[in-house]
Amino acid sequence: MADQTTFAGRAKRNGGPDAVSGNGAVHGRLTSLGELARIGGDLARAGGGLARAGQSAAGGLAGRVARRVQRSLTADLDDRDPDYIRENLPLTWLLTTLWFRGEVRNMGNVPEEGAALLVGNHSGGNVPPDTFLFTLAFYTYFGVQRAFYQLAHNLVLAFPVGRILRPYGTVPASPENSERALDSGAAVLVYPGGDWEVHRPTWERHTVDFAGRKGFIRLALKAGVPIVPVVSIGGQETALFLSRGAWLAQALGLDRRFRLKVLPISIAVPWGLNVGDLVGHIPLPSKITIEVLPPIDVAEEFGPDPDLDEVYDHVTTVMQNALDTLAAERRLPLIG
Amino acid sequence: MRLNESIVISAPRRLVWDYVTEPSNYLHFMSGITRWEVDGERRTGLGARYRMLIRVGSAEVGGLIEVVEWDPDCDMAWSSVLGVDQRGRWRIRELPDGRARVELRFAYGVAGAGITGWLAELVAAPQLRGHLRRSLRQLKRQVELERMRAEAERRRQPAPA
Repeated sequence: MADQTTFAGRAKRNGGPDAVSGNGAVHGRLTSLGELARIGGDLARAGGGLARAGQSAAGGLAGRVARRVQRSLTADLDDRDPDYIRENLPLTWLLTTLWFRGEVRNMGNVPEEGAALLVGNHSGGNVPPDTFLFTLAFYTYFGVQRAFYQLAHNLVLAFPVGRILRPYGTVPASPENSERALDSGAAVLVYPGGDWEVHRPTWERHTVDFAGRKGFIRLALKAGVPIVPVVSIGGQETALFLSRGAWLAQALGLDRRFRLKVLPISIAVPWGLNVGDLVGHIPLPSKITIEVLPPIDVAEEFGPDPDLDEVYDHVTTVMQNALDTLAAERRLPLIG
Repeated sequence: MRLNESIVISAPRRLVWDYVTEPSNYLHFMSGITRWEVDGERRTGLGARYRMLIRVGSAEVGGLIEVVEWDPDCDMAWSSVLGVDQRGRWRIRELPDGRARVELRFAYGVAGAGITGWLAELVAAPQLRGHLRRSLRQLKRQVELERMRAEAERRRQPAPA
């Protein structure tokens, strides 16, 4: 059995913060999964050796994919299709109701009209249920006529699934696209932690980890819009996430080619050991709860030229506190 | 999907009508309703519009609705303008013993959603039916309480000389 110290050490080696700093009781429950985590880690390291050997062979394919990603970077805000969204909401509702028992609280904290930057913590690997649930909640609450865009990693939109997501208002995450969307008066959902946070190990599931990325604060200041924190819980229990695989991503040069800092390693249905999660997985039916917090007007609270570190600390602290409260409500992993 | 629930209330029809046509009462007696706000100048009557939401499953669904039928003391019907397709109707009828029979009809769906829309309607039906039943029971309690208050008020007034 791996003890909590082992978990902490492994998490730190994987580039994460101190894993034991979270809820100790929850880590205690996870000890039965620790052995699996250790085995998975060993296998992943072995896989890494093979990956390094095949790096040059993968280079050509990677180059082609990189060019495709670049082509998909441009966003047409008009790709958002209210009729498409409306007709597909029942499917999203069925999935989030029956499979994830989703619950979204305090949608009224989103400003009734005008642009807003919705900042969320991200969970669930490449099949993040929090995004689907929040998108459903937004459109059913405000109606499909209200412009709403979700920023996604370029690679997500380069894959065939991108064709399904674009009509929902999903655009590639770039400062230009974000500014254009906010300038148009839309609400924009961003996950600053992105790929780093969404693939964090399961035992760090109750940690907000934006990896020090502060671009969202600059964006809110420039556009003059409030930041609305959106805190979710449960997504990181939809698979057993073992490691971000940052070392593997670096070895394969994915950071340079695709802005990918991770090549996650998890145990997920139906693959078993899942390296990369490139084609996704079947998420376990974990209960997902989302809470929308009151808006933060950065210029009003911190002045027109604020210290970004101070704002960052404030936003992440507010979100971490809310996540801790949601975690305290949660009795069992998956069950909620 | 169409749902239909009814209840008998020991109060005059007029009292029930006054209660269900007052928009500020909806958050008090309608189960699952998280929003019921007047939209526009008109507060009640034909053409009055409300922004409403009801919690069903993982989402609060609803939208903008408009009163499309207004037959005082008898029928009020609404239809959706924005949001999920819905139609609703309060149907109030006087019984011979002075009580009122109140019927709440609610039809909903998402046009063009195909089989997933049909499935979602089916899955949502039990929860919505529960909301309607609880709403009618709450309505009965509230209106009968109103009636008792009104009667007590009358009793307290001095008899005319």
